[in-house]
Amino acid sequence: MKISTAQLWVHDQDEALAFYTEKLGFEVQSDVTLAEMGDFRWLTVAPAGQEDVAVVLMAIPGPPVMDEATTRQVEELMAKGFSGTVFLTTDDCRGDYEKLKARGVEFTETPEERPYGIDCGFRDPSGNSLRLTEVVEVAA
Amino acid sequence: MAFVPPARHLLRAKDLADARYFEPLEVDDLAAAAGLSKAHFSREFRRTFGESPYVYLQTRRLERAAALLRNTDHSVAEVCLEVGLQGVGSFTTSFKRMYGMTPTAYRESFPPASSQARLPGCVVRAYARPQHRTIREDTKAGQT
Repeated sequence: MKISTAQLWVHDQDEALAFYTEKLGFEVQSDVTLAEMGDFRWLTVAPAGQEDVAVVLMAIPGPPVMDEATTRQVEELMAKGFSGTVFLTTDDCRGDYEKLKARGVEFTETPEERPYGIDCGFRDPSGNSLRLTEVVEVAA
Repeated sequence: MAFVPPARHLLRAKDLADARYFEPLEVDDLAAAAGLSKAHFSREFRRTFGESPYVYLQTRRLERAAALLRNTDHSVAEVCLEVGLQGVGSFTTSFKRMYGMTPTAYRESFPPASSQARLPGCVVRAYARPQHRTIREDTKAGQT
């Protein structure tokens, strides 16, 4: 068993797409709009070169897929920052932090040393949190 | 200052091409990232990586363009802009030189992206159901 795809709710798919590709450097894996499914848009992105894992950037549906009250609840949870988190790893947390900051990414935590390495946290435009960790091998 | 192998500066230029190919980057920008004059940079890049910086950047873009033609329903003009190329005409010419056919023909040689998208059953179930309508609602819709 392997993880292939995980889903994030996003407020606006175009805005999310721009963030994940232009700011984070991910690549589009799939982007199709299906007229026969009420113009449902299946949009997935993945880090460049990591083709076996993708994140679905999913628009929050309305009725009949999701009732209006639930849609509002999901939107509220996202706005409060309690929707989802994606954990990323890197070889250079501080370097990536500087790069992403220069591109206007909204950071919630600057790089800090932890027992497992160095990590920092930021948000996508919808309020989903992302964590970027440089894992350091702990000396035995 | 610590000694930095010259190839490290070239790698910075190569990384820039890899990371920001979708911007209107040119060889001049890559040379600037390496801190070298354009002519010197191109020569050193080719010596180190085996191909010119122009070809490296262009093939990076064309590989992405080909993937977008296969996996998305973005128009050829959109794909061109999405990989940092400015003109559809020159995009088509470069693409044809590399893949032996135009972007449109390349796309048509694969199954449509919508049939390839791996839509999970739960998504199809949620979104493909026809909307339930009662006769009363249809009548109301007709009146407005």
